[in-house]
Amino acid sequence: MSALARELTRICGSEHVVTHPHALRTYESDGLARYRVPPAVAVLPGSTEEVRRVVRACHEAGVGWVARGSGTGLSGGALPISDGVLLVLSRLRRILDVDLPNQRVVVEPGVTNSEVSHAVAPTHFYPPDPSSQIVCSIGGNVAENSGGAHCFKYGFTTNYVTGLEVVCSDGELVTLGGKALDPPGYDLLGAFVGSEGTLGVATEITLRVAPLPERVRALVAFFGSTRAAGEVVSEIVAAGITPAAIEMMDRLSMRAAELVTGAGAPPAARASLIVELDGPAAECEGRLAEVLALCERAGASEVRVARDEAERALIWKGRKAAFAAMGRITPSYYVQDGVIPRTKLGEVLERIDELAAEHGLEVANVFHAGDGNLHPLVCYDDSRPGEPERAEALAGEILDACLAVGGSITGEHGVGVDKRAHMPRMFGAADLEAFHRLRCAFDPAGLANPGKVMPVPRLCGEVPGPYRAHPLERAGVAERF
Amino acid sequence: MSTAAASFAPASAVELALALREGGPVRIAGGATKLAWGRPIEPPSTLSTQALHRLLEHSAGDLTAIVQAGAPLQAVQTALAEAGQLLALDPPLGDAGAATVGGVMASGDSGPLRHRYGTARDLVVGVEVALGDGTLARSGGRVIKNVAGYDLAKLLGGSFGTLGVITEVCVRLHPRPARRLTVCARGDDPQQLAAAALALGHAPLELESLDVCWAAGEGAVLARLAGTAPEEGARKTCAHAQAAGLRCELVEDDEPLWERQRAGQRCAGGTVVRVAARQTDLPSVLRAAQRLGAALVGRAALGLSWLRFERADADHVRALRTELAPATCTVLDAPAQLRAALDPWPELGAAELALTRRVKARFDPRAVCNPGLFVAG
Repeated sequence: MSALARELTRICGSEHVVTHPHALRTYESDGLARYRVPPAVAVLPGSTEEVRRVVRACHEAGVGWVARGSGTGLSGGALPISDGVLLVLSRLRRILDVDLPNQRVVVEPGVTNSEVSHAVAPTHFYPPDPSSQIVCSIGGNVAENSGGAHCFKYGFTTNYVTGLEVVCSDGELVTLGGKALDPPGYDLLGAFVGSEGTLGVATEITLRVAPLPERVRALVAFFGSTRAAGEVVSEIVAAGITPAAIEMMDRLSMRAAELVTGAGAPPAARASLIVELDGPAAECEGRLAEVLALCERAGASEVRVARDEAERALIWKGRKAAFAAMGRITPSYYVQDGVIPRTKLGEVLERIDELAAEHGLEVANVFHAGDGNLHPLVCYDDSRPGEPERAEALAGEILDACLAVGGSITGEHGVGVDKRAHMPRMFGAADLEAFHRLRCAFDPAGLANPGKVMPVPRLCGEVPGPYRAHPLERAGVAERF
Repeated sequence: MSTAAASFAPASAVELALALREGGPVRIAGGATKLAWGRPIEPPSTLSTQALHRLLEHSAGDLTAIVQAGAPLQAVQTALAEAGQLLALDPPLGDAGAATVGGVMASGDSGPLRHRYGTARDLVVGVEVALGDGTLARSGGRVIKNVAGYDLAKLLGGSFGTLGVITEVCVRLHPRPARRLTVCARGDDPQQLAAAALALGHAPLELESLDVCWAAGEGAVLARLAGTAPEEGARKTCAHAQAAGLRCELVEDDEPLWERQRAGQRCAGGTVVRVAARQTDLPSVLRAAQRLGAALVGRAALGLSWLRFERADADHVRALRTELAPATCTVLDAPAQLRAALDPWPELGAAELALTRRVKARFDPRAVCNPGLFVAG
């Protein structure tokens, strides 16, 4: 490793190579601080060419590496490996090209999500909007296929990336796509987005941006139960309305947010619904009237429609403060990221309540209700023996409840290290084996973000043979992964 | 195309996977409407998805459906329309409207709705695929938001059946718009048409479709408004078009206009070249079409155009490629001798080609799926 560190210093300069244990502590975890592993060395390259040479040096030394953007991920996707290199991309933060006539922006991976929208304002915007958008990097968004509150209408990162320059784990630079759509060949670009850093590292990213909508209207409605709020969501969708965002909060998350914002939610409310509509003015106002009627018919105790941009910002402040505000009501919490078919919302919420009661813990619920993405916040106290373990068990059982109704273990946070053990519950052995083939095509040596996504790491064979179940596996005695 | 080739249409995905595992090279077909695309190949037999034709599940409340790959897109749309929903894919459906959901996905084909809703790439949320060695695998799921595992649906989409056979997909649906209205803005100056199309592509009108067409010295920009109140948008659309010097007409019964756009993407017996460019390249694509005597339909804001030649030879295609580079030109419909005379696919860079070959070798190690048809075999 020391020989490799010297090589990295030759490539990037000593001021951009971190080897001292104290300094390395800065990088020991990402946004999921439960997992901590300091890397053997961290390196901060200043150009694509330096990234390429660093990755090439790792390849020659047979050393694994992990790419990191802003470190806001919530699944441990950028968790370092103790005997590997951490490739920190925060120095690559140039906006290379703002091409509004073609609705494209070309950026380096360290540029933040918000900076892209700022670069194309006031006529255009970049729709994917993860809650961490002020700090999270586009490179990280590409790795995780990040979503956000507005993806029900606008889609995810994968719907907005049209070009990538990727350094593969052998140090080869590959260009996938560009400003034009439908590049020839396999959609390797589509396969790369959301691959959680296991297929290589993106050093240049071309994004599509959209014209800013003519009108935006937001409202918050309060209900006596999450079930009543959930029914309104179904009715909105059944009416053929596609809001830009539909967000739901339950009693506990509302209480936490209230402590931070003091927006004055009615004390008796058990659920709140934020609905944002955008589009051409006439369409938007007509739809707003329909949503208001649906809320009232469902017995909303109060509906507040934002009259101006400041009031709209206040409505969103309550929602975006929810995670941070949890600190006011619980010493620790764990954010889950399950997805369910929207129509199963009532059923799954009841199941979550039952599970929470069984474990003697509280769960606050915040959802992207339009697309069925639940963020149950499992509250616990680190200082009480056994409670962190019970919280982890509860969080796992919530994912099982999501899978039982045909859902997913992660809607936007990624598998990382945190959910890899759940992968075999969602995918069969043949599915995982097919995933592995893609990994092997891009990274046969298994050096890019090893240990992430897949439940158990395994090596790539030279020539893949047809899949044959081992007798033990067929008998259900052992699993291949 | 050999007519003696045997055809097999397995009744289940498992049976289809077994056929791949045990058998030799096959031509993979759904509705068999796009067999004249790609490099000419003549494998000894055909493996068809036609017996996998069912709509397995329609969850209207969740706006999702699970469909077998061999289901004709048209039949699926009819069933979904009963609930006021649609699968937002409207490519040309080919002879007898036989195009299947799996075939549309595997070929990456699309139609005017792509302007608002994207392609199969953006609408397929889960896929089941029989890989070349008979492994039957799934990726994604049945919910519209999901980042667990690799997105094999992306990899299989547009792969022309050269990695495996798509057997089932879960798709995201959309509500059918309450009303639709098309502004048809005509003119005979390519520059004016392009200017109007570009302006409309950047206006906050949320058009459902924005197309351009051109043939024999005349053309039009077609903008479709969809929703509960399309009139205001139509008025603004006309203002943009008139500012560019075009003549506007409002069309209520607009379906025939859009059917013509779809038809312009195909040419039985002739040649169609798809150009993928930036949207600001539209004037030069229109000029090239005019100079070479081709008719054009295009998705103006997406930079995609289909050039239709009643008769074309390899020199026409080479001229287009030279003139429009770095935009890519893909030959779709074309006589076999034209597709043999030059590569219908645009060239890949060396690094991407090497990676592409590694992907092919992993997913179809015995090279039995449409061997030779696509970019890298």
